[in-house]
Amino acid sequence: MSRFVRLGETDRPSLTLHVDGAPIAALEGDTLMVALLSQGAALRQSEFGPERRAGFCLMGACQDCWVWTESGDRLRACSTLAAPGQRILTSQPEASWPTHA
Amino acid sequence: MADPRIIIVGAGPAGTRAAEACVQAGIRPIVLDEGRRDGGQIYRRQPDNFTRPYAKLYGTEAPRAQALHETFDGLKDRIDYRAETLVWNIADGHVRTATRTMESALPFDALLLCTGATDRLMPVKGWQFAGAYSLGGAQVALKSQAVSIGHKVVFMGSGPLLYLVASQYVQAGADVVAVLDTAPYSARIKALPDLLAVPSVLWNGVALTLALKRAGVMVRNSVKPLEILGNVEDGLSGIRFRVGAGAEQTIACDAVAMGHHLRPETQLADLARCAFAFDPVTRQWLPERDGDGRSSVAGVYLAGDGAKILGARSAEASGRLTALAALGDLGLPVDKGEMASLRGDVGTYAKFARGLATAFPWPAEQAGALPDEAILCRCEGVTAGDLRAVMRETGAKEANRAKAFSRVGMGRCQGRYCGLAAAELIAAQADIPVEQVGRLRGQAPVKPLNISIGDTDA
Amino acid sequence: MSAASDVIIVGGGLMGSSAALFLRGHGLSVTLLETDLIGRQASGTNFGNVRRQGRPIHQLPLANRAIDIWRRSRELLGADVEYLQSGHIRVCYRERPELVGSMEEYADKARAEGLDLELLSGNALRDKFPFFGADVLAGSYSATDGHANPRLAAPAFARAAERLGAVIHEHTKIVDAQKIGEDFVVSAADGRTFRAPILLVTAGAWGNALSSQFGEPVPIVPRGPNMSVTEPVPYAILPAVGVMTPVEEETVYFRQVARGNIVLGGSTRGPSFPDQYRAYVEPQNTVSQLKHIRRLAPALGKLNIIRVWSGIEGYLPDSQPVMGPSATTSGLYYAFGFSGSGFQIGPGVGETMAEIIAQGATDIPIAPYTIGRFAKG
Repeated sequence: MSRFVRLGETDRPSLTLHVDGAPIAALEGDTLMVALLSQGAALRQSEFGPERRAGFCLMGACQDCWVWTESGDRLRACSTLAAPGQRILTSQPEASWPTHA
Repeated sequence: MADPRIIIVGAGPAGTRAAEACVQAGIRPIVLDEGRRDGGQIYRRQPDNFTRPYAKLYGTEAPRAQALHETFDGLKDRIDYRAETLVWNIADGHVRTATRTMESALPFDALLLCTGATDRLMPVKGWQFAGAYSLGGAQVALKSQAVSIGHKVVFMGSGPLLYLVASQYVQAGADVVAVLDTAPYSARIKALPDLLAVPSVLWNGVALTLALKRAGVMVRNSVKPLEILGNVEDGLSGIRFRVGAGAEQTIACDAVAMGHHLRPETQLADLARCAFAFDPVTRQWLPERDGDGRSSVAGVYLAGDGAKILGARSAEASGRLTALAALGDLGLPVDKGEMASLRGDVGTYAKFARGLATAFPWPAEQAGALPDEAILCRCEGVTAGDLRAVMRETGAKEANRAKAFSRVGMGRCQGRYCGLAAAELIAAQADIPVEQVGRLRGQAPVKPLNISIGDTDA
Repeated sequence: MSAASDVIIVGGGLMGSSAALFLRGHGLSVTLLETDLIGRQASGTNFGNVRRQGRPIHQLPLANRAIDIWRRSRELLGADVEYLQSGHIRVCYRERPELVGSMEEYADKARAEGLDLELLSGNALRDKFPFFGADVLAGSYSATDGHANPRLAAPAFARAAERLGAVIHEHTKIVDAQKIGEDFVVSAADGRTFRAPILLVTAGAWGNALSSQFGEPVPIVPRGPNMSVTEPVPYAILPAVGVMTPVEEETVYFRQVARGNIVLGGSTRGPSFPDQYRAYVEPQNTVSQLKHIRRLAPALGKLNIIRVWSGIEGYLPDSQPVMGPSATTSGLYYAFGFSGSGFQIGPGVGETMAEIIAQGATDIPIAPYTIGRFAKG
């Protein structure tokens, strides 16, 4: 299921990125948000509620669209361009520094 | 004296015209902007490899958008333009910037804040579901990415942007199910005298409504939003509402664009220690400024919608006026006649903006009526009931106090999207005027700041 | 017309609020006066360390008394102040190996005061706390220390005191205090006066203004903590973490709250302005804090901070508070100037001051904190 619907500008070259391990196709010039929501319903899991989130303001103000790279970097999906080879996670990676105290 | 150091924050209508005035005066300003491209939000530019013409992107405002972009393109060699740069703090005569992990402290003699606006939101139960977007966000999706936010879209809220974006969606071929305006039609009649200050904009608005109706879009006034329906996995599935005192209705949709006009981005003015005052017309706290854009802090100037919502046309005028005021204060020759004329333009738009506030009133009462289970603060997942419980237990009725105890406004967005509604809820619950609730203090960083900031190896 | 009670407390931070609660427990009537709102400056803006280790050995009896109150805070206060007894680890860097000896010495003395510390280094340290950077040499771990939420603590003590009958006046700025006959008469800026035979000054950075009125000025310096907080991340770091170093800039610390945010503190403290009721975070101090946090725990470098803050704290030259009776005026007591280290001991200070006032004595050693140490000549 897709959330966003493309209404034009579809003659752009395509590129491939990985989301949660699976390849997806996007178009050059897509934001990560558009790339992900053109083929999925959500971007991330809310930290404090049961619901999935899909961004809100699209202008870098609400901070609802942060996704993660497999190496643990944070990307704001509405203001980051999709790029070939990106490996994106839509769930926050479990901490790599667990303590056993 | 060396050339004065002028820093302009924001490359939208106000920032562009301010930069132009500086360049004309022989100054090379630094222009800092978070965007990848200039234009700001309202005249946001599409990526380089997109091909839609101006008329398609900006409708009636196409000539203004094009003129602004061409002006900026012409300035690029004569300004120090830093795109994708966040101003995260201001202190001791320096702005602090972050570009990825690079951090800089830039000194200034004059700082022009042209920070623009974001949507003003009134929460509706269920607005945390995927598929709910701000009205401005819905417009960005279309303008800068050529996508619709959903397969079946409802526009809900109030303000001129509601009709503008809905009709842009229709024209672009999106399936717009309904436009649900919380304002009564009578409010628009009442506002006519002020709206006539700028007849062309008034007429554009009327034409938009007619076009929507002709396209078969359901348009309703006096709407009381009750609930955004949906589920935690798939997101939004419909909207439940009432028209006036009528029966409840439900519309199926998978996206809603919501907003009640705009609010200025005032955090940097706050960090620059500018004084604020309550504006009873918009029920917002705004940084104080004189008619030429001088803030209460020497050397700090405020222009455009980032200071007060007067619209893009006014922002161009106030950006230029404020820059001229700053240049004059720095001892450079400025055209006093032009300043007087710009002041007149800004005044006209101020009258029109007052009309808009009357025509599309902020439905403050909706905040007090939010059901306890409704999420109020999306970032922290705080419900209206959580805030009310905190107020009962602690007696808190000041905005920052309520935030400290309840976490409302404490999340990543720093209260941009819940702060005004939370203040109205507190006022309703405590039965006090909203100005007594006060305003959330701005805290650095203005946007999230990476801990690797300043790490040159990162 | 004066409002009368057994005790007036000036200053509604954690010290004043907890003193009000415990004084009610002794059956004394209490009026608590606060310039602004309860617990908004040092008490509400500090890091939230409920940490005994690292305190002067002479302070451990007071800290032990406080830890008992923290442990029963939920029942005592009828509120959750997010107290977690999740441990505290204090580490030193490889470039200062001599500090390991200091840690061992401290641990020996602390054990005698009932505080058990475990010294860790090498694999033992990294197995237990894999987030430490390569520069970290060794650590001293206290399993029974922890942290709590400063925004909630002092107001919860004040509400509990109020439920037991304490009278609390917020938005009451005190401009004058005098002893007239057997009573102290305390005047607010708006003209109200309050009267009591006992006056307790718990006014933090503003304490000197009142002690000076009784001939006991102290060289207090207002500063502000340098605080940041990250976005929420999965809850995985249990203990509060801090660095032992003689260099202020290197002195950073962090703790993760159960909701997931990581609170960062330390490095250079900022200026604060008690007269304007404002404290600012200097951007340079945020940048330096983040740099030293990266050194301490490199994995945190991936995270974003979403907010910084500060507040008004009062520092004394020897970093020890003024606590105990006045040296000049009978019926006058002080507990202020906690020098950025008052949060953990706060409830113990309140209970101890209540005990001194109600019973005239305490077993808790308070001699190092006498105001007389600043007397001229």
